[in-house]
Amino acid sequence: MLSPAVCRMKVYAPRLASSALPGQFLIVIPEDHGERIPLTVSDYDPEAGTVTIVTQRIGVSTGEICSLGVGDRFSDVVGPLGQPSEFVGKTAEELAGERFIFIAGGIGAAPVYPQVKYLHALGAHVEVIIGAKTSGLIICREEMSAVCDALHICTDDGSEGFGGMVTGLLEKLVLEDGKRYTRAVAIGPMVMMKFASLTARKLGIPITVSLNTLMVDGTGMCGACRVTVGGRTRFACVEGPEFDGYEVDFDEAMRRQTMYRVQEHDAEVEYEHECRIGRTPSGQGVDRDGERRNA
Amino acid sequence: MAERIPRVPVREQDPKVRATNFDEVCYGYDEKEAMLEASRCLRCRNPRCVGACPVNVSIPEFIASVAAGDFRTAAAVIARDSSLPAVCGRVCPQETQCEGSCILGVKSEPVAIGKLERFVADWSMANGKAEVEKAPSNGLKVAVVGSGPAGLACAADLAKLGYEVTVFEALHKAGGVLEYGIPEFRLPKDRVVAAEIEEVLRLGVKIETDVVVGRTVTVDSLLDREGFSAVFIGSGAGLPRFMNIPGENLNGVFSANEFLTRNNLMKAYRHDYRTPVYTGHRVVVVGGGNVAMDAARTALRLGAETTIVYRRTEKELPARREEVHHAKEEGISFRMLTNPVEVLGNEKGWVTGLRCIRMELGEPDESGRRSPVPVPGSEFEIEADSVIMALGTSPNPLISHTTSGLVTDRRGCIVADENGVTSRPGVFAGGDAVTGAATVILAMGAGRKAAAAIRAYLSDKSAHCPGTSDGAVEKPAE
Repeated sequence: MLSPAVCRMKVYAPRLASSALPGQFLIVIPEDHGERIPLTVSDYDPEAGTVTIVTQRIGVSTGEICSLGVGDRFSDVVGPLGQPSEFVGKTAEELAGERFIFIAGGIGAAPVYPQVKYLHALGAHVEVIIGAKTSGLIICREEMSAVCDALHICTDDGSEGFGGMVTGLLEKLVLEDGKRYTRAVAIGPMVMMKFASLTARKLGIPITVSLNTLMVDGTGMCGACRVTVGGRTRFACVEGPEFDGYEVDFDEAMRRQTMYRVQEHDAEVEYEHECRIGRTPSGQGVDRDGERRNA
Repeated sequence: MAERIPRVPVREQDPKVRATNFDEVCYGYDEKEAMLEASRCLRCRNPRCVGACPVNVSIPEFIASVAAGDFRTAAAVIARDSSLPAVCGRVCPQETQCEGSCILGVKSEPVAIGKLERFVADWSMANGKAEVEKAPSNGLKVAVVGSGPAGLACAADLAKLGYEVTVFEALHKAGGVLEYGIPEFRLPKDRVVAAEIEEVLRLGVKIETDVVVGRTVTVDSLLDREGFSAVFIGSGAGLPRFMNIPGENLNGVFSANEFLTRNNLMKAYRHDYRTPVYTGHRVVVVGGGNVAMDAARTALRLGAETTIVYRRTEKELPARREEVHHAKEEGISFRMLTNPVEVLGNEKGWVTGLRCIRMELGEPDESGRRSPVPVPGSEFEIEADSVIMALGTSPNPLISHTTSGLVTDRRGCIVADENGVTSRPGVFAGGDAVTGAATVILAMGAGRKAAAAIRAYLSDKSAHCPGTSDGAVEKPAE
């Protein structure tokens, strides 16, 4: 448990672990009749054959994931899916002049971690902002500090670090502290990535965002994940999940995320109801069907 | 003489009843009906039906066995050429293949070859299948990518020849389009699809689900690191097309693939599954193929008033005639010569309707069909709270992009000859991945031809490899 509603686990999946790269995601099916839930890969160890995932309990399916203990198994785990981050494959020389700023919102810190670790190992300059509602919800603090040049914390309630939004902190770092960044990467709730992109544009920093769209198969088959990027429809699952933050139509993306809200709500009500009256849960429809949890 | 017996009608669920459930529409023949229908076959000396079948099933031969009441022999005759008879009997477009060339069809109704095949396959499932002959293992490993009809047919043939076959499936269940695409009411999953796959497994084929070739592993890594001597790519055409018209990303607009996958693979229509699905009250399905019919009939069963819009006329509908007939019986309305130009939405971003334009048929295009031309000034609106796009699919680029030396054409289809031989030695391909979206039976045919080509390739390779007498191949020196 990283915080009351967030859990981290290692999953034994040797082929996946040896193919995974920063920026990619995977899909798990918690139990036989369950949904396909996309989750970001937050670390991978090819030697041990494991990948690490971080999940926030939001609905029925994520609740199921979080209730798994050591030795339990998912019904299915598949991946890695999506394209690796743009910088993957670049050499230390190519990255020498770059100054990265990662902006992680909520459990977005988990998918940011492997990217930062990868860049750090190549000697690139990397700073990280982790933002959360309150200090107790900041995750990956220690791991992140170990692999970045500077870790900046911000909380909405001011209980730790900068008091305010990640965008406010980014502006402060650049405009007041005189920091210079050549590339920003934002991972978190869609709305946070939208405003991070607007701020980055204002500051003249190119920004990459990782879109947590709805998905079913995650291999390009269903088109549920389609997003408009630069006026063109793209499939986040195979062409993304990372895109140029300046080009993404966030309003459309946020609207599409709510597609199954009604069914999700009904499922939770039904689930809770059935739990209360002591029957086995068999709710149809469920939480955020396939919306990859960045936060 | 035989022509005097009319084609034996097949019993079906009442349209009003079946419009509210997902049980199979067609009950199939019983033994008596099958024998009577089989007696209509003229046993042509030069049977045109066999040539019109993509896998050349010995049709008059199996029908003769049915007529004689020897269903086990009939099953064995079909099994020589088809590894998925219960599937093909249900989903093949018989009217353009075997039945379309039946000589009886000239003056009256053709023999119900599809229904007879289905009867034999179902009978054989219920009464225990005969053992299939299988060569002893030759120790050679072949990888098959995709567990749809092409992959299963290829895998089954290779296993019978003694190869050690592993099928890699990206989804969590085997079957490909049989599982995620074709609905339960047309192709029952447990009773038919799973049972046919079980037969393939019985030949010693291994199926690994949750492996995305191109991501989890690559064709290159299968050949170079995992010890496979050849790879067959039968990954299908899974990438849905959209129209690229305004409003297509509104909430409530889905690809048929998404809508059908949620219902078929993910069982959203069942209460014991967690998958959410949004159907709406008024559904418009755009397209005229089998997938459009499947999506429309699924939406109908979930309680929606459903309309199909298609830009040509009913004559050009690419769907099987039976599917169109069934859809109409169930109460789906058809608007022909209609093409959407815009999806309309409300301020919350949800679909409210479709703006369409009337079409008329112009000159024949390259497919030989008369191409639809918009009638100027004929735009009108159709009310809808859900729109399902069933415009066809193209091959997924995941594999071609991650396999070195594999040539594709401009549509993204893998380039392969009629035997499935691609630009890369040791890599074979067939089915929709090569042809673009087509039929189950064509994919099966391609899988079988590729299996023969793989055998030829590997025998040839071992013949050139000194010191390998029993067919075990060592990697040739670089």
